[in-house]
Amino acid sequence: MLMTSQVSFLINKKHEKNDEKTLKMKIENLSVYYRNFRAIEMVNLPIYAQSITAIIGPSGCGKSTLLRALNRMNDLVPGARTEGQVFLDGMPIYVPNVDVVEIRRRIGMVFQRPNPFPKSIYDNVAYGPRLLGIHSRAKLDEIVERSLLAAALWDEVNDKLDQSGLSLSGGQQQRLCIARAIAIQPEVILMDEPASALDPIATLKIEELMGALKKAYTIVIVTHNMQQAARVSDYTAMMMLSDQAERSGTVIEFGETEQIFLNPKDKRTEDYVTGRFG
Amino acid sequence: MNLALQKSELPAPRIGVIRRLWDHGDGSYRFFLVVASLLLIGLVMAIGYELWQNSALSRHAFGWKFLTTSDWDPAIENKFGALPFILGTLMTSILALIVAIPLSIGTAIFLAELAPDWLRQPLGFLVELLAAVPSVIYGLWGLFVFIPVFVRPAAQFLNREFGFLPLFAGPIFGPSRFAAGILLAIMVFPTIAAVSRDVLRAIPNSQREAALAMGATQWEMISQILLPYGGSGLLGAIILGLGRALGETIAVTMVIGNNLDLSISLLHPGYTMASVIANEFTEATSDLYLQALIEIGLILFAITLVINFIARLLIWRLARQTKGEAHL
Ligand SMILES: Nc1ncnc2c1ncn2[C@@H]1O[C@H](COP(=O)(O)OP(=O)(O)OP(=O)(O)O)[C@@H](O)[C@H]1O
Ligand SMILES: [Mg+2]
Repeated sequence: MLMTSQVSFLINKKHEKNDEKTLKMKIENLSVYYRNFRAIEMVNLPIYAQSITAIIGPSGCGKSTLLRALNRMNDLVPGARTEGQVFLDGMPIYVPNVDVVEIRRRIGMVFQRPNPFPKSIYDNVAYGPRLLGIHSRAKLDEIVERSLLAAALWDEVNDKLDQSGLSLSGGQQQRLCIARAIAIQPEVILMDEPASALDPIATLKIEELMGALKKAYTIVIVTHNMQQAARVSDYTAMMMLSDQAERSGTVIEFGETEQIFLNPKDKRTEDYVTGRFG
Repeated sequence: MNLALQKSELPAPRIGVIRRLWDHGDGSYRFFLVVASLLLIGLVMAIGYELWQNSALSRHAFGWKFLTTSDWDPAIENKFGALPFILGTLMTSILALIVAIPLSIGTAIFLAELAPDWLRQPLGFLVELLAAVPSVIYGLWGLFVFIPVFVRPAAQFLNREFGFLPLFAGPIFGPSRFAAGILLAIMVFPTIAAVSRDVLRAIPNSQREAALAMGATQWEMISQILLPYGGSGLLGAIILGLGRALGETIAVTMVIGNNLDLSISLLHPGYTMASVIANEFTEATSDLYLQALIEIGLILFAITLVINFIARLLIWRLARQTKGEAHL
């Protein structure tokens, strides 16, 4: 039933998961509205620390909406409204007095299309640290080098740090954006289809990178690519439109990635991961 | 005034334009574009040539001294010098920019980034409307409302507090360089604001999201990301405003006092290059007088060209930094 390639990935994958799972974030009864339209409905989901959680599901089911709810990026959409709660280390983030800027510093984000600033490679990576008030050249040098190393980009750019970030290739730009995000050492990194604009080799680089990054960070990734979800993630959340009439999306199944792909409980999940979703 | 048109004219490359058109155009369309741009270049050169030719008498009589002397005596000695007019034009235009830049960029930021949805449209429309009001209306308003209500009290205040500076020396007049400069600021403000707003709106949302997702505050996002990103376009908007201020004739003539004052006090009446040409052209009886006026036109033309050339260089350098992201 399952595609053989997926199975082989899963069998070969060595899980380095902690036995006792620490909860990094928790999504509780979350609904997001765009004006009158309810895009996602009553989502409940745990995000475990130092692991990769993949969000999969058909187009338009609210994956991006859910991801953007985690660092309150939906606040920027005029008319968007959120109900329910998201907890970060047990603290609710949808409460009146929370410091949104602080939340976004702790929860970094990498977007679908690479969006470096039209500044030098160095200034792109140093942007976050400078926001935090770090201006010592030596300290910034060190952060830039460390972040670019962690994003597996250092070897390709260390001799041209003063060139524009836009002069890089698409895959390099995306790794630059990852370097920029991790320069301020967020606790969680959200990635919305980070490889969808990239070729297979660049995609592989990003996937390897995620595997390395999860040792230090908690990663949530939205992807359309089943193999990618199977290859990189530890947990998978399957989203689907809950109600065809209302067109609101919700998480219909969550579990360890192996279980979701090899032994899905929900018929719709099985249809989707085996490519029979129509 | 059609802002959309001006905006599209603004970034049109003036260097290598033919080469580019030739590469991009196709067939008869290409031919048409090349002819049109050649005509444009020809027109600029023809204007320059005419001004140059028809000011020969004056140029030979006074040489470079024309730029640095301030005699303007058509009646008895027949001596002419353009310094007071050059000074008047520069002082009023610079004052106009100093006042208008922060106001208009601030308004543009408000319109593009901060204003609530329901306010954006009407306010934006109002700004565009202001840009379309004919200068003579500004002049009338300046003369009958603005000078008595604002200029006089403000001039009195400046003179009282800062009168020790030559710039604010008395005595105080209503019509003055100060009045002209501030009125020009009001006139160029909507132009700069409307174009700057369009420049800011054209910046992709992904840039805003990138900054905010890094934990930038809205102000940090605007000042560190949007303004540099829009830099070349904003500079273009300012140059557009400066161009209008340098060449503005009728409104300035109505409020500057048209006086050959030799001090550098803002509070004194003055004269600008454009307004002296407009005022005295019909009464220039001798050839030398007429040609002196034309030479002033030549200087104004040259200043405009030089400023646009410098602006083009700056915009080009800025745009090179945002490589491949030309948004205008
Ligand atoms: N800014 C917005 N304003 C109004 N509706 C929106 C907005 N963003 C998304 N939506 C709607 O919300 C629903 C979910 O969108 P979302 O982008 O979260 O889906 P998605 O699962 O990420 O889809 P895809 O896989 O195509 O990226 C869609 O019906 C979409 O039209
Ligand atoms: Mg999406």
